[in-house]
Amino acid sequence: MAVLNKPPVTGAGRLNGVLTWVDQRFPLMSLWRSQLSEYYAPKNMNFWYFFGSLSLLVLVIQIVSGIFLTMNYKPGAETAFASVEYIMRDVPGGWLIRYIHSTGASAFFIVVYLHMARGLMYGSYRKPRELTWIFGVLIYLCLMAEAFFGYLLPWGQMSFWGAQVIINLFATIPFIGEELAVWIRGDYNVSDATLNRFFALHVIAIPMVLLGLVAAHIMALHETGSNNPDGVEIYDHVDPKTGTPLDGIPFHPYYTVKDMVGVAVFLIIFSAIVFFAPEMGGYFLEYNNFVPADPLATPAHIAPVWYFTPFYAMLRAVPSFFNMQVWGVVVMGAAVMILFAVPWLDRGKAKSIRYRGPIYRGFFAALVVSFLILGYLGVEPTNIWGEFSKGLPIVGGDYIATWVARVLTAVYFAFFLLMPWYTAVDKEKPVPPRVTL
Amino acid sequence: MRKLLAVFLLVPGLAAAAGGHVALDKAPIDLNDKVSLQRGAQIFVNHCLNCHGATAMRYSRLMDLGLTEAQIKENLLFTTDKVGDTMVSALSPKDGKAWFGVNPPDLSLIARSRGPDWLYTYMRSFYKDPAAKSGWNNTVFPNVGMPHVLWEQQGDPVLQAAAGGHGKIVLDRPGKLSPAEYDRYVGDLVNYLTFMGEPVRAKRVQIGIVVLFFLAAFFVITLLLKKEYWKDVR
Repeated sequence: MAVLNKPPVTGAGRLNGVLTWVDQRFPLMSLWRSQLSEYYAPKNMNFWYFFGSLSLLVLVIQIVSGIFLTMNYKPGAETAFASVEYIMRDVPGGWLIRYIHSTGASAFFIVVYLHMARGLMYGSYRKPRELTWIFGVLIYLCLMAEAFFGYLLPWGQMSFWGAQVIINLFATIPFIGEELAVWIRGDYNVSDATLNRFFALHVIAIPMVLLGLVAAHIMALHETGSNNPDGVEIYDHVDPKTGTPLDGIPFHPYYTVKDMVGVAVFLIIFSAIVFFAPEMGGYFLEYNNFVPADPLATPAHIAPVWYFTPFYAMLRAVPSFFNMQVWGVVVMGAAVMILFAVPWLDRGKAKSIRYRGPIYRGFFAALVVSFLILGYLGVEPTNIWGEFSKGLPIVGGDYIATWVARVLTAVYFAFFLLMPWYTAVDKEKPVPPRVTL
Repeated sequence: MRKLLAVFLLVPGLAAAAGGHVALDKAPIDLNDKVSLQRGAQIFVNHCLNCHGATAMRYSRLMDLGLTEAQIKENLLFTTDKVGDTMVSALSPKDGKAWFGVNPPDLSLIARSRGPDWLYTYMRSFYKDPAAKSGWNNTVFPNVGMPHVLWEQQGDPVLQAAAGGHGKIVLDRPGKLSPAEYDRYVGDLVNYLTFMGEPVRAKRVQIGIVVLFFLAAFFVITLLLKKEYWKDVR
């Protein structure tokens, strides 16, 4: 058998024998080398590069804490709410598992948003990393579905009415909308049937897709190698003898030890929230969700959880045209889908914001600010900033916040839709041939 | 870019500044005050539990307040209940609806949904209203179905209409307790309701401090490890 001719593993002390046995039957050492100890990463990656490994950490946290929750949670309109309180009070350590999972949901979006912002800033989506970016956007879509399905499970008032509002969005689609909404709910109203199918989707279907996409995301990344804050390719300058990049360092041990620092900082912030402020002022656990779902009592103010609110604000900002409500849904969907197109919208020469011109920087800053303010507006009722006085043209009598959201939605889309123009005409700075430290 | 990060983390704080409609008084919450919590538990069992349940709360959990099983059995349990039982109200939902127009809500989590300050203000904002079905109304919760259960303690509060603004509640007749004593009485009750909303809270904070000390040490170690490995990277 030819495989047994593979050289024995050395340097692992007493484990040499075991590792040799495994390596002759499984590509253990070649995987270790190609993915970690001889995977070269740029030496200038800064703190923004923590959020990739942190996303993976949060994914593991969510899966493990989710498994333990599933052992005690009872899906069902009659049992769900009480079983969550049973976990909080009677299951040993249950409160900790539940707070870890609920905080983890928000933490997931925080690290993923920062990870995405990094990708945009340093041009990590650019050739040859388009597929890494696309897998990433698919992960983001899955994450939104996962969060949405999961949020129904505690069966509180916000769970119920939030799901009601989101599912009703599908009902605005012309012709098939009503049937589609019934098909999603499995009933004419959000009910026991909806809760049970959301549970199945939340604990099995979406996580399986998510894991596959994460694997694809990392495989694509390791095929092209990581980008860096300068947006230069480290493989353009390799050591002629070894063929390794001059500005690259092995991922292990350099970035494994560096990422551990990021993990420590993350865990400090994460634990501070879990132990001292698990509700996070009503943003991670909404106060209304401590009231059991009641289909007959609509809460005065329904807001989705904070990570959906930028898109929710866009949805509310769009008026109905031609007697159809669907446009807001279209805009909201387009706001996410447009991310897929980013690699082909960017016509700049420099990848990184460090060497981009002033127009790109201005648009990027406008994108971040509009996303944050839209997120704030999505949490609050539309009358938060009052109304324009009746006499004014066009805006007279409308809510001020609605118009602010409209302008900011336009700004959000302008970043993407005008990108082919401004990245081409922008006055970029010269990009250095090698990375800078 | 660091500034950007700071803004990102601050946004929830800014949003939290936007408040509700009625000015609420600050509830005197102290979850380490076992005596206050025990008094609150007694007030809850005597006055609230007749109509409201707390079905997520077991009597045995009151041992967290320093009570023994015997003390709970003697002072707080109805004769038919066991100490491991949850706090179930004797009132059936059907009767509740017939008597008050609405079934009295379960209070297990009321402090988490309403907040202690709301409860503290609400319990001190009842006033006599002949137009209301129960004879009572409330400035925090207008047209509430619940009558003023603690009227014996507080006295007879009436609403003194004020010109161009919110009315002020004054006592027509003093109750068993002085106004200051009544505030403390309600304060003890709300303190207990806050405990009942999340019995593990005090323990959670205790464990959290230990965890953060551990993680701070872990952070220093990872930082030193990183510095050691990276000193040859130029």
